[in-house]
Amino acid sequence: MARIIDRILNRQTNSAYQAKERMKLLLVHDRTNLSAKVLEDLKDELIGVISRHVEIDEKAVRIEISQQGREQRLIADIPLKTPTRRRLG
Amino acid sequence: MPAKVITITSGKGGVGKTTATANIAAALATSGAKVVCIDADIGLRNLDVVLGLENRIVYDLVDVVEGRCRLRQAMIRDKRLPELYLIPAAQTRDKSAVSPSDMVRLCDELRAEYEWILIDSPAGIERGFRNAIAPADMSIVITNPEVSAVRDADRIIGLIEAEEKGPARLIINRIKPEMVKKGDMLSAEDVLELLAIELLGLIPEDEEVIISTNRGVPVALDGKSRAGQAFRNIASRLRGEKVPFLELEDQSGILSQIGRFLRRGGG
Ligand SMILES: Nc1ncnc2c1ncn2[C@@H]1O[C@H](COP(=O)(O)OP(=O)(O)OP(=O)(O)O)[C@@H](O)[C@H]1O
Ligand SMILES: [Mg+2]
Repeated sequence: MARIIDRILNRQTNSAYQAKERMKLLLVHDRTNLSAKVLEDLKDELIGVISRHVEIDEKAVRIEISQQGREQRLIADIPLKTPTRRRLG
Repeated sequence: MPAKVITITSGKGGVGKTTATANIAAALATSGAKVVCIDADIGLRNLDVVLGLENRIVYDLVDVVEGRCRLRQAMIRDKRLPELYLIPAAQTRDKSAVSPSDMVRLCDELRAEYEWILIDSPAGIERGFRNAIAPADMSIVITNPEVSAVRDADRIIGLIEAEEKGPARLIINRIKPEMVKKGDMLSAEDVLELLAIELLGLIPEDEEVIISTNRGVPVALDGKSRAGQAFRNIASRLRGEKVPFLELEDQSGILSQIGRFLRRGGG
């Protein structure tokens, strides 16, 4: 058990592991030209547009870039607020 | 058989483009194929010294393009191999002396008679790179397992795709198995996963590369060197043979993992 923990800890501090983690983020940024700031702005604007038409759970909205091979795609997860029953009752 | 034009490029300088061009060309020529290599690094000519042909240059690429000589007059034959030729770069001019369409025309003139045309690209993403890539039927991107080289490789892969010269194939050069084992160097698998293109070859760090370059004899002609073997394997893969990748990492299963990766990537 101790050895496993050792290995996990070692893995996360070894320089190749750090290089790979840094490169993953860097390459997404390089390929898409989308910074964290731009993504945040995009999210705010999306929330604005969508909530004009439907009620959404703003705090739970997630926007991220997913990768498949050399393809990037923008994934937006926008939970809708459950419709209130008030009007019915 | 019409020629295949292959451009070897990297983005970052000094990662092994010229070494790879010389050695893949020599390995292809060993089997009797007719091979021409073109040094597109105008102003920083080096393929001639790596091949040991520097004393035989009379005319160069710019002389051909500007009409001072016929194409054949600028082709230096390597006497050690049956059919290996070099078209050297000009040393006293710059990249703007040649245009992408000049390169296309020149390669078209060679296509009918030779089987392989290898182009050694300069570093960078400017004119010299565009010249080198313009006539390519296939692009090879070479990198080292280091963050800056991998980053530049990724950029150049994107540019190759944008120029519709893709999909690029990858060579990872100067791998140090002991460092990979200690967790202090990106493994071939790491680099492959980051760049997500098809793997063409893995080349270890090898002192023989420097020694053979000192002598002007491509290391691919040295039967004992590990790097030489890696270059010969690349030549075989280009000819369409299935050759397993050199076991460079001690990690068990690396080869099967790469194999799996390639199948997943459709390679
Ligand atoms: N596998 C290797 N093992 C040891 N040394 C190597 C290896 N590959 C290349 N080198 C050395 O690295 C140096 C740079 O190689 P090379 O000139 O081929 O790079 P390059 O990409 O063509 O550089 P440039 O961008 O300047 O044209 C040379 O001194 C070469 O001998
Ligand atoms: Mg070079």
